[in-house]
Amino acid sequence: MVGEIVIENVSKSFINPDGSEVKALNNINLNVKPGAFISLIGPSGCGKTTLLRAISGLNLADSGAIFLDGEEIKKPGHDRGFAFQQANLYPWLSIEKNISFGLKARGIYKEKKQDVKDYIEMVGLKGFEKSYPHQLSGGMNQRASLARALVGHPKVLLLDEPLGALDAFTRMNMQDEILRIWKEQKITIIMVTHDVDEAVYLSDQVVIMTPRPAKIEKVIDIELGRPRARGNNDFLKYRTQILEILNYAGDNIEPEYYL
Amino acid sequence: MIVKQIKKVSVIISLILAIAVDIAIPNSPSQPKTDNPYFIYFLCIVGIIIVPAYLLSFFNKKISEKVENIGPLLAGGILLINVINLICSKYALLPVLFFPSLDRVFAVFVNDRKLILQCILASAKLLIIGFFVGATLGFTTGIVVGFNKKLAYWINPFIKIIGPIPATSWSPLVLSLFSTSYQAAVFMIALSVWFPITVMTSNGIQNVQQTYFEVADTLGAGKLYKIFKVGIPAALPSVFLGFFYATTGSFITLVTAEMFGCKSGIGWYLNWQKSMMLYANVYAGLIILAVLCNLIITLLFKFKDKLLGWQKGVIKW
Repeated sequence: MVGEIVIENVSKSFINPDGSEVKALNNINLNVKPGAFISLIGPSGCGKTTLLRAISGLNLADSGAIFLDGEEIKKPGHDRGFAFQQANLYPWLSIEKNISFGLKARGIYKEKKQDVKDYIEMVGLKGFEKSYPHQLSGGMNQRASLARALVGHPKVLLLDEPLGALDAFTRMNMQDEILRIWKEQKITIIMVTHDVDEAVYLSDQVVIMTPRPAKIEKVIDIELGRPRARGNNDFLKYRTQILEILNYAGDNIEPEYYL
Repeated sequence: MIVKQIKKVSVIISLILAIAVDIAIPNSPSQPKTDNPYFIYFLCIVGIIIVPAYLLSFFNKKISEKVENIGPLLAGGILLINVINLICSKYALLPVLFFPSLDRVFAVFVNDRKLILQCILASAKLLIIGFFVGATLGFTTGIVVGFNKKLAYWINPFIKIIGPIPATSWSPLVLSLFSTSYQAAVFMIALSVWFPITVMTSNGIQNVQQTYFEVADTLGAGKLYKIFKVGIPAALPSVFLGFFYATTGSFITLVTAEMFGCKSGIGWYLNWQKSMMLYANVYAGLIILAVLCNLIITLLFKFKDKLLGWQKGVIKW
């Protein structure tokens, strides 16, 4: 199996407009097994998106290195699919043309025409091939953007809060879709999220990151079978554990009154 | 229901009123006579279009809506020329030299049609050549400046210095520099077209969402592919605005250039008729200009709707 990501001693800083330096990533080490589903979770400023963008090659790290199947990542490439928080479809292209954009850019569209059809069907957009993004709902656009990222057969799929802009129900449906795609494609998925439930529901491993300095606080293996029930005790146990590490569990809250 | 019927029939009432006024009240003797009652002819042509549409509107819902929608406006328009007819032709309340009767204005379209058609063709040719040269150069400059920071550094000062000068202010210079006034006119029209298209193209490209390029990067697109398949399509709404400004600007330059140097075209026609004190012809020329400019801009927007259907409401026409 392919799609192993190795992150070695990765650091990155940004310069604020006022001249001060902010450590966006502080000596990050992480191994992602081929075919694993990993979530990066943490509050704003913990560097999770920076790390994801470093893996994609959109922004490179200042020091350290990231390897995909042993090869160092130096620029963006089609072996790492990327889905953004907004669908970011090209509004001037139909759904079908958006999805086939990458194949055309690489000059392999003619051989892979069938793939485009398959992926449109897989994300449930059959019949909407000729529609334009502004004619479809946010959820449908997000599914199209997943198909666009997947149709080039990447080894790794990077998801930057891809469901963050969707309503709660669409979101849960999309989580199941992503799981189904992950099982069918057998690819590595690394997902950035704010949502603890989403992380526990989807991932093999949850990587908890904390800010100031931005670093990996803990990596938790989610040892639950699939499909997972969102409400059962084990699920809630993991949820509470993650929230405790992030200091959001609410231990210190005094009850307002006693019985 | 009654309001709807009144709206629909208003245009016909207004038309009949205009015809009745023209027939019933004799023309002022101070207005020169024409060989035919051209104003009535004009009203009849309007009637030939409107009356069948009105009759059809009882059978077709779409036509009915259209007639209802446009009826009051047309009725108002006809009422307005009716009033103008009363003021100018019937009672000659304004100086007859500058305010000819409508009969005389419409007579020009018939009697001068050959010359006017030649002028339209000459203007169209000049406009198309000038626009084509200016638009090609402008679009290219805009793309270069939009994508290449180094070249932008050196080209931007030229755009900033030359661009805002009205193109027609070059006429004293270019009329003597170019061997023919036609070339000078082409140059000025091209210049007036070049500036807005350059600015709006480069602006459009620079304002393309960064994520559009990032998406292309993660999908494995090369540099040229990103320019032509992401940057330019994303900038097209802004480029269209540039074309819109360029078109309106090119009309100004066209007419001015023709008034100064050329021996043909609508601008030349206007100027020539003015110098012969034939103001009826001047009005006719202005009406033709209005119709043509409107037509061109309408076509431009039709083209935009085709090309930029994904982008609603840049400007409405």
